[in-house]
Amino acid sequence: MKKWIAFWSILIKDIRAYYLKPPNISWGLIFPIAWIGMFLIRSGRGMESVLSLLPGLVAFSILFGTTSMLSVTVTFEKKNRSFERLLLAPIPLELLMLAKTGGAILFGVANAFVPVAIAALLVNLSEVPWCLFFSAVVMIAVASTFLGLFIAVAVREVFEAQTFSNFFRFPMIFLCGLFFPIEKLPVFLRPLSYVLPLTYGVDILHGAVHAGNTMPYALDLSILGAFCAGLFMLSLRNIKRKWIL
Amino acid sequence: MQNDGMVPGEVFVPAIEVAGLCKRFADVTAVDRISFSVRRGELFGFLGPNGAGKTTTINMLTGLARPDAGTIRISGIDCTGNPKAAQHLIGVVPDESNLYPELTGFENLCFCAALYGMSKAERQARARELLDTFDLTQAASRKFGGYSRGMKRKLTIAAGIIHKPEILFLDEPTTGVDVAGARQIRHIIADLHRAGITVFLTTHYIEEAERLCERIAFIVSGRIIRIDTVPELMQPIQEKHTMLLSLSAVQPALCEELSSAFDHLIFEFISDGQISVESLEPIKVGPMVRFLEDRGIEVAEARRVQPSLEDVFVRITGVEAEAMRKEKAGGNA
Repeated sequence: MKKWIAFWSILIKDIRAYYLKPPNISWGLIFPIAWIGMFLIRSGRGMESVLSLLPGLVAFSILFGTTSMLSVTVTFEKKNRSFERLLLAPIPLELLMLAKTGGAILFGVANAFVPVAIAALLVNLSEVPWCLFFSAVVMIAVASTFLGLFIAVAVREVFEAQTFSNFFRFPMIFLCGLFFPIEKLPVFLRPLSYVLPLTYGVDILHGAVHAGNTMPYALDLSILGAFCAGLFMLSLRNIKRKWIL
Repeated sequence: MQNDGMVPGEVFVPAIEVAGLCKRFADVTAVDRISFSVRRGELFGFLGPNGAGKTTTINMLTGLARPDAGTIRISGIDCTGNPKAAQHLIGVVPDESNLYPELTGFENLCFCAALYGMSKAERQARARELLDTFDLTQAASRKFGGYSRGMKRKLTIAAGIIHKPEILFLDEPTTGVDVAGARQIRHIIADLHRAGITVFLTTHYIEEAERLCERIAFIVSGRIIRIDTVPELMQPIQEKHTMLLSLSAVQPALCEELSSAFDHLIFEFISDGQISVESLEPIKVGPMVRFLEDRGIEVAEARRVQPSLEDVFVRITGVEAEAMRKEKAGGNA
């Protein structure tokens, strides 16, 4: 019980202190709106393209919302040593890191529904299987957040966290099938797509929104789950190795 | 605040027990096979210059660093491989205030209490109590980032004891705090000790250790040179008598002349107009004054010098007092 009090306090503190700040809320709203507008104009197909663009925009919003926020906040707390206070608390490291990542996961999930809300105003989304869609959103948010955690543990400075995040994020936009199918990528780049977690999350979203998945959902979810577990375990190992000197 | 002390029939368990503790960073040995124990309710000082290994030791004791060798027991619990095992028993005040700048003083304390699983009502009551104790009630709703340095240190100490720990680790608590603030913090530490908390205090302020601590460990270059109570540490130097003479004029040859005339005394030229006199027996001033006046030198003042812990520290560790003073000045800058 005591551990869960600590867990909720860390989660709520982070949401209040970092995620519910006006810059982040505006980032979460303006970013997806700008990208939807840009792709609608660029595609030239008007409302027809909304359904095919929605999975990419959802994944994109989650990816950018979670990775940068978590890696920056954790690096910031590590830098000003307030993270030491958490490491000194009598709670298991696994639970502590789940609390720290929980805020980013929720922020990512909330971000995902901004493009969904806009799309709902433009097209009919009643055919979307929301359970599957929501599962994919949560899994993408978890994987992206744990990627942010992995980045946070690897760097020392806040600017390094931003740079390192972009090193992962921008290639993922093009390699993970967000806005064009992986099959259209040059053959030598395709294997790279399949070692990136976002590929599997986006595949589920394409399936849920316009039946455009290329792999079975169970396989997508299993691989995403394996990525999440792997990134989390790797981050914990690095925290123990690098932060508890 | 607990202080079990010694209960008849109960086995004595030290608050902190360290044996052969060692920590290396690359090819630098930060802590070199140190061993000591701290009794329950004791105020134990860890005194040494910057870079002596004080913070590394605290980090290992609290679970922020992993020892390369040795064992750590906190209240009898072996924490060497599992530092989490005793973290509920300890409070830590780091050398830099590390609370959240974006939270208010009250929110910071409540958050720290929550980390130890205290209920909402408990943590709010405890936070108010500590804000009152530390004279910070007026600043309770202000953001921590806007606090003065002294206020930050006080709130950080309050955060360290929010969960009523048995053992409190204080790392350089008065560094960088102004004189009044440092004095107030020393009063707080003394009060915590009186309340029964075991206090492990690291400092490079010799007077602070002398004033507060029951026992002191001198640590230099990662090694503990000596551990003892302040009176025991002072004893050898107190057996020696030292006097400072202020004279109207001092010729370079005067010390030699004095040494010839009073061969049981040791004379040393200090600065213009001052010489020190040392002896293992009480010094008789009269003959010296007459000797000097016969040579036309007026004795303006003859004053007995009280030996300080700083003298002991310099003698035992070989670390120059001047170096410690420079660190102190740097810390207070």
